[in-house]
Amino acid sequence: MTGSITVAASSPEAARSLGRPRPRSAPWADLACHGLLASLAALVLAVAILILFETARGAAPSISAFGFRFLGSTEWDPVADRYGALPYLYGTIVSSALALTLALPLGIGTAVFLAELAPPRLGEAVAFLVELLAAIPSIVYGIWGVFVLAPWLRSALEPWLVAHLGLLPLFRGFPFGIGMLNAGIVLAVMVSPTIISLSRQILLALPGSLREAALAMGATRAEAIGVMLDAARPGLLGASILGLGRALGETMAVTMVIGNTNRISASLLAPGATMASVIANEFTEATGKLYLSALTEIALVLFALTVIVNALARLLVRGATGARRDIAGAA
Amino acid sequence: MNTRLIRRMIGAAALVALAAAPASAQNLTGAGATFPYPLYSKWFDVYHEKTGIQINYQSIGSGGGIQQVKAGTVDFGASDAALSNDRLKEMPRRVLHFPTVAGAVAMAYNLQGFTGTLKLTPDLISGIYMGTITVWNDPKIAAANPGVTMPPAPILPIHRSDGSGTTNIFTTYLSLVSSKWKELVGANTAVSWPAGIGGKGNEGVAGLVRQSPGAIGYVELAYAKQNQLPVALVQNKAGKFVEPSLASTTAAVAAAADALTKDVRAPIANAAAPEAYPICGLTYLLVYQDQKDPARARALANFIDWAIHDGQALAESLDYARLPESVVKVNEASLKKLTAGGKPLMAAK
Repeated sequence: MTGSITVAASSPEAARSLGRPRPRSAPWADLACHGLLASLAALVLAVAILILFETARGAAPSISAFGFRFLGSTEWDPVADRYGALPYLYGTIVSSALALTLALPLGIGTAVFLAELAPPRLGEAVAFLVELLAAIPSIVYGIWGVFVLAPWLRSALEPWLVAHLGLLPLFRGFPFGIGMLNAGIVLAVMVSPTIISLSRQILLALPGSLREAALAMGATRAEAIGVMLDAARPGLLGASILGLGRALGETMAVTMVIGNTNRISASLLAPGATMASVIANEFTEATGKLYLSALTEIALVLFALTVIVNALARLLVRGATGARRDIAGAA
Repeated sequence: MNTRLIRRMIGAAALVALAAAPASAQNLTGAGATFPYPLYSKWFDVYHEKTGIQINYQSIGSGGGIQQVKAGTVDFGASDAALSNDRLKEMPRRVLHFPTVAGAVAMAYNLQGFTGTLKLTPDLISGIYMGTITVWNDPKIAAANPGVTMPPAPILPIHRSDGSGTTNIFTTYLSLVSSKWKELVGANTAVSWPAGIGGKGNEGVAGLVRQSPGAIGYVELAYAKQNQLPVALVQNKAGKFVEPSLASTTAAVAAAADALTKDVRAPIANAAAPEAYPICGLTYLLVYQDQKDPARARALANFIDWAIHDGQALAESLDYARLPESVVKVNEASLKKLTAGGKPLMAAK
């Protein structure tokens, strides 16, 4: 801690005297390094802009044919060459929202346990296992969804939901086992490792003095955890947005378990489709020009949705940190 | 960069150029349909051993294959659906279709406690996929299956979620047998399904059928056979209930020989012959009639000639239905139409 302060406060001469001799041509090397890093950063930006440009170009025939109706239409008919994205937009948002609803309490709860309550050894071991979960290929999650989760949903959970909560439109219909609920659960399992791992890191990075101060003020253990969670809120928000990002774009596992129909249903038991799943399903055998273009426009809409979600997340995180700064300023 | 390194690089480039020049005549490239890919890759292997000609094939899907032919980046394309007149007009030059093998689509089902073989009529299949026949003990199903008690379970129709030649064969058949289907849904590699849920690939459909009591789904015959799924007998145009098999599929192609002689793109589904299985289709190679490079064109023509004759023997071991003699003749006639720079390629044959 003190060392870093010294370096930060000292002049270039002092830095050199700290045992890091620089060659005379240092400004040139600095410039080159600066240029290299800047061009690497520019490359990332260029790739993103190129993706946007190419997708927009591919989508142009569909955009000029359907205009804004594309976003509002539920028709997806390759035979008649008429396309609308609404069922897929709906499916993407609902399945991701469902996934986050399930994964958030699970993820943050696990992270709190691992960071605050578990013995450090156990915390490390469990965190390692959780990170392994993130490396499982999505097709494996898909197979699990089809062969393990679906039969259980069909024979146990879904009939129970229909019998007890069937008054809600969310839980009506025939229990297929395959559908929006299955996709939401599979996605929740897939995004949990991201949320758990990041949230744990964030909680561990908080200064321990925060917890000690809370306890010294007479807070119970639970209240102290509340203080920690409050301090970590911007980071936790960021972790959940990263999880949401994965859920929005997840393709293979969702395609296997969502049922793939372009009908919008209020029921979570009904089959649906997402933007990523329809692209994965239909792109290879899309033989018509407008058909291909409509699929490309779906990709463009997915791109836009991701940008909007990320921008919202930025605003939320900024809002949360801003509020914290205000409190700090007042105190 | 020092001069020795540069010299070495020039040397290497020259070597690569030398190696590539003769190879380009011996290497053919193709792209397209995934359905016949297992057979095609076997063909390319055997043909390579026999003649030294290497054929690179990317199974990127029929749609991709058609695009590549249009762009002129491959020597041949492969598609499970014949090109429509509109699509043919979009092509820069005239394209010939060569049917290679036929495939059938089987109706797999999951009826617990039901022994025996389910019989389906065209009306039943279209009704189930339209969502108008929704329970197994529907009187119409009972009428087609006399002496059998059907369970009162709901029917869960399962279709392919991915665009596929199998869906094209199935919906082409339904459009032929049901005017209502033709009007409301139509035929394509993917359609707007009025009922049911979708599984990805043959394995996705078969997996859903196997797991869901009361489910019915359509899968490639080869897939149904290799996985021993129970499949329904389907009533053909002659009124007979026929089991999907390689023989009954070849019979369907043979029954359509006259139509295929007139236009090789004619659908073979719903054939009139009593032994023909009705839900089937051909898969095609797409080749420009007038080729640019005579050496490559000759290599391609020789390969197609081999595939429609000797290659047919390999088809059955991989569960594809071979072409009947009458359709091989149609292909022979098309081969004679191939030219390179305006000169015929196979005139001597």
